[in-house]
Amino acid sequence: MSSGPPTHGQPMNGGEALIKSLELEGVDVMFGLPGGAILPVYDPIIDSPIRHILVRHEQGAGHMAEGYAHATGRPGVAMVTSGPAATNIVTPLCDAFMDSVPMVVITGQVPYAAIGTDAFQECDTTGITMPVTKHNYLISDARDIPRIVREAFHLATTGRPGPVLIDVPKDIVDPKNPRSALDWYWPDEVDLPGYHPPSKGEPEAIRKAAELILASERPVIYAGGGILKARAAEALRELAELCDIHVVTTLMARSAFPDTHPLALGMPGMHGNYTAITAMQQADLLIALGSRFDDRVTGRVGAFAPEAKIIHVDIDPAELGKVRRPDVGIAGDCRLVIEELIEALRELGGTPAQPDRSLWKSTISGWQETYPLTYEQSAPGELLKPQFVLETLRDNTPDDTILCSGVGQHQMWASQYWRFQHPYTWVNSGGLGTMGFSVPAAIGAKVGRPDRMVWAVDGDGCFQMTAQELVTASAERIPVKVAILNNAYLGMVRQWQEMFYEERYSEVYLSPDLPDYKMWAEAMGCVGMRVESPEEVLPAIEKANSINDRPVVIEFRTDASEKVFPMVPAGASNDDVLTFQSQFGENH
Amino acid sequence: MAAFETSGEKLHLLSVLVENKAGVLARVAGLFSRRAFNIHSLAVAPTEDAKFSRITMVVDVESAPLEQMVKQLDKLINVLSITELSPEQAIQRELLLVTVDAEAAVRGQVIELVQVFEGRIVNVGHEQIMVSLEGAPDKLDDFENLLRPYGISAIQRTGRIALPRLHN
Repeated sequence: MSSGPPTHGQPMNGGEALIKSLELEGVDVMFGLPGGAILPVYDPIIDSPIRHILVRHEQGAGHMAEGYAHATGRPGVAMVTSGPAATNIVTPLCDAFMDSVPMVVITGQVPYAAIGTDAFQECDTTGITMPVTKHNYLISDARDIPRIVREAFHLATTGRPGPVLIDVPKDIVDPKNPRSALDWYWPDEVDLPGYHPPSKGEPEAIRKAAELILASERPVIYAGGGILKARAAEALRELAELCDIHVVTTLMARSAFPDTHPLALGMPGMHGNYTAITAMQQADLLIALGSRFDDRVTGRVGAFAPEAKIIHVDIDPAELGKVRRPDVGIAGDCRLVIEELIEALRELGGTPAQPDRSLWKSTISGWQETYPLTYEQSAPGELLKPQFVLETLRDNTPDDTILCSGVGQHQMWASQYWRFQHPYTWVNSGGLGTMGFSVPAAIGAKVGRPDRMVWAVDGDGCFQMTAQELVTASAERIPVKVAILNNAYLGMVRQWQEMFYEERYSEVYLSPDLPDYKMWAEAMGCVGMRVESPEEVLPAIEKANSINDRPVVIEFRTDASEKVFPMVPAGASNDDVLTFQSQFGENH
Repeated sequence: MAAFETSGEKLHLLSVLVENKAGVLARVAGLFSRRAFNIHSLAVAPTEDAKFSRITMVVDVESAPLEQMVKQLDKLINVLSITELSPEQAIQRELLLVTVDAEAAVRGQVIELVQVFEGRIVNVGHEQIMVSLEGAPDKLDDFENLLRPYGISAIQRTGRIALPRLHN
């Protein structure tokens, strides 16, 4: 079975055909956990070159597949059984759907004839996952397996990428059941008459966009996650440099443009930096590339970038005009469209044809000087500042370290304080905001890029949601490193309660000592460390960096009163961004 | 975009060609519910080619811009094409079944109405008759309004189906 491709017409059972199809799609690793309905598909895995990573909870399999996809650009693959396993992987599916992550999930299902009878571990998996997948399949005939696997990978990886689920009834993969028999074939191409993702931009629109860019006095490139999905980081840099235009990178686009570049403005949005937020607000042209005018970026939509004309490039035509009507909307692949745009700009005269933007540039550098990211260092004997931990980690890890994060304050600080140099070095959950994403996503990223150092920055609340996957990492010798910023609170919730609920802290305290993170890490086969004072931070990080045969967890005891700033309160205009207290004098 | 109004709603007529596969109607209905779009009526059946079905749907555009509905529908893998039909450029038909009170004293009047509208009496009881009527949706509206004073005890309409007018 495992040696060489099977010949056309070779008799096979559905389980073998499924695994063989995955091999032909180039799958080298899958994340999963077997169970009753999927058992027949697990049997041929023994003879397959595909590496299978046995997770401890199916949610972990899904996030690992996502982390793998984020880090490599290749589709992540997860396989779990029916019923509760399928429901456990719904969160990663929704996460991947929101963040356009290419992923193929295979779920077991009760035998076809038992569907609808409320059989043991039966669940309407395709029904449940319909709104959180790009597409899904319930296979009814073993002969459809190669075709459907081929289609699923095509759908997951082309157009706007996303998760695709294949639900596999047990009888069609069970060699003991005659319904599982098929003659092997591999389709040369997919036939999806209703699927035509755009690729190149429309030339007329490209020319109009180029004219708008050349006429603009205060342009800003608003780069989104689509840049990374389209492998367009190089093209983005070329465009920005050609026209000398500043670039903001949204949470999903962090690492798409080097933070050390003179044109980099960093992250905009609710916890973006003042300059990125305000440059967008005051721009006369926003060049939105693979971004979707998310509410966390725009603040109150009616007050967002009021004077800006909009060029909006997205591979999903439904994003054009969904939130903000573009002046020029281009449905197309970001990389191809940017390349076309560069050509059109050159034809129209390039940089010399642009108005003098020196005033705009000096305004931007003025904001950068007046409103940098800042925090106050802790006094001796006080708890660590989370920003200090992140800065130390940033300055003592290789430039191409892959940084993963969970969701909350630590995520915002990580995005703010890291200086990303290379694309695909930032893995996080943006749209869905899935707490617990970090640890399994880091494991998936490390599996996909074993050559890279992978750090997960996590909160104590997040860590408790999926920490069990460190058992997986220990067992599989996947040496990820985890920095828990333990402030003993659901920190972002605490921040909102402090600021918007009159300091009424409802159900938000977690305790610094329960669980004992160091002992928990050790119990899971990791090296565990606890750091409480500033001078211990660097040695702990250096020790973690030197360990490469098992996972490491460092618990940093951080100050719970520290809040993420700047902040645009929910529903407020981006003009009303709250900066750091020390900058209030200048801002208000 | 050709809107038409019925009792205050802003309606559009969409003809959606889909693959005739299990679950397609659930995908369309699920999309509308998830995105908070309103469906006014919906009719679905296989086309001349059994591989495809045509869904004729009347959508309420007050709830979301038509452009978003069309673009989101178009993203469904099983949807092949979406055509907006303006009422002037389409032939529309709908079928209605109604059970109306028709005691002896008024039965003649009711039967006369049915004849004027070219409907058919399909079932007769002591106190009530059941009528079927096919035609343009406006005609069905008129018929329903004229019958109402007699007492409608049950009514079922199919929702409209439509095809573009031929160009001669």
